[in-house]
Amino acid sequence: MTYFKKVLIANRGEIARRIIRTCHELGIHTVAVYSEADAQAPFVNEATEAVCIGPAQAKKSYLNIEKIIQTAKETKAEAIHPGYGFLSENPEFVIRCQEENIVFIGPEAAKMKLMGSKLESRIQMQKAGVPVVPGSDTSLGSIEEALTVAEELGYPLMLKASAGGGGIGMKLVENREELIKAFDETIKKAVSFFNDGAVFLEKWISKPRHIEVQIAADVYGNVVHLFERECSVQRRNQKVVEESPSPFLDENLRKELLETAVRGVKEIGYTNVGTMEFIFDENQNFYFLEMNTRLQVEHPVTEEITGIDLVEWQLKIAAGEKLPASQEEIQMTGHAIECRLYAEDPNTYFPSPGTISRLALPEQNIRLDFAVAEGSVVSPFYDPMIGKIIVHGVNRQTAIETMERTLEHIEVEGLTTNLPLLERIMKNDLFTAGDYTTQLLAEQKVQS
Amino acid sequence: MAKSIVSPIPGVFYRRPAPDKDVFVKEGDQVKADDVIGLVEVMKNFYEIKAEADGVIERFLVEEEGLLDSGQEIAILIEK
Repeated sequence: MTYFKKVLIANRGEIARRIIRTCHELGIHTVAVYSEADAQAPFVNEATEAVCIGPAQAKKSYLNIEKIIQTAKETKAEAIHPGYGFLSENPEFVIRCQEENIVFIGPEAAKMKLMGSKLESRIQMQKAGVPVVPGSDTSLGSIEEALTVAEELGYPLMLKASAGGGGIGMKLVENREELIKAFDETIKKAVSFFNDGAVFLEKWISKPRHIEVQIAADVYGNVVHLFERECSVQRRNQKVVEESPSPFLDENLRKELLETAVRGVKEIGYTNVGTMEFIFDENQNFYFLEMNTRLQVEHPVTEEITGIDLVEWQLKIAAGEKLPASQEEIQMTGHAIECRLYAEDPNTYFPSPGTISRLALPEQNIRLDFAVAEGSVVSPFYDPMIGKIIVHGVNRQTAIETMERTLEHIEVEGLTTNLPLLERIMKNDLFTAGDYTTQLLAEQKVQS
Repeated sequence: MAKSIVSPIPGVFYRRPAPDKDVFVKEGDQVKADDVIGLVEVMKNFYEIKAEADGVIERFLVEEEGLLDSGQEIAILIEK
């Protein structure tokens, strides 16, 4: 089977541009779909054709499944790339694509649904011998049951919604009283946010590190990893800086982590690219956290160290081709770092929509995946991330130096960005020493 | 004295804490200073809009899920 002739991109911003770029390099035509708020956005211009699918609010445009399916049919797109966020992890959307004979560029609906349930994925991973955070393996039906489980595990604990994600639907409980207080409230929230009241308890890990493994799998049962990404620099459960390889892992621990991730993916028979997220405690124990069944925001750091185009791999896998490279052929060179530029205050994280009156970006020896250009409007309707700056150096120190220099030469006017925070992170002692946890930004006063 | 409550940020206005919940306040309701009267969604974050003084919410000037500009009037508060 050859590549698709035309692919619709059900997304916006930098990731839509990123996907368009690879498609066009491969001679594939693209269809951009956009909301009224994005009519002037660069990705709309760059696609082969573009269709307005509704008003600014995401649920009336980028989350409107039927409108997107209809547009794919009208433009004769054979496949849909969902990007990240929006409909990328919605099994209903995958099923609708299938019903209309449109290829969804991602995993099957059933695998997506399985990994969307924290409880179900915990069970599956344990079957594959992948360690999970000590906790309860079934939904807790009553407060009595929860208290019994809590006694066995020992406080502090995280009370989590099975359908939750991105920090929503979880509550830290330090003792019996707090659990009693939080139990009904968390179930109520889980029902209201996710329409699923299943909750469970997990041991709370203080000072954790978030390290994830990029994997790829074809429909013939071949599974490979593309090494790890260190994602512990976070604000409010959102990543700010990512790097690969992780400075925290030594050879043995890296090997063990990567093999474990591949084992878990094989167990569930997953296809396409995906990310296995792990949490590390202070004693180098690691536990499976969740799987992201899509392309990640931070995928460029993996592309930089491996020289592999992950979007091209997604297209090939979705078209029924074999993985383009074997595990032995996938090599890692040097060190890559990505900084996320957000339109928000560097200290309070308060969003700052507006118009970019001036944008100066250095271009030497770096990769820029940007959603905007000079004159672009950053609207209040979507994510505050306006671009990603990615550098690749022969080693970590060189990469940090290149990033520092690059950030110094970036100028954005017209709105507030977190650029000063990114610069401070690159100079922070714990960051440069590679010795940081997800608490870095909160504890270290990297903000000032 | 009639005073308008304005939004400090652009975004989407909500009068309810969740789609299946009741509104924070109805027109004609008594409110105290710092009571939440609505939410503004901006870049995937929610910000509470609060009454600045004790009084009665006379009326809302923006409908549910209406689009707001920075500085736009949301409601009229009759101060006690």
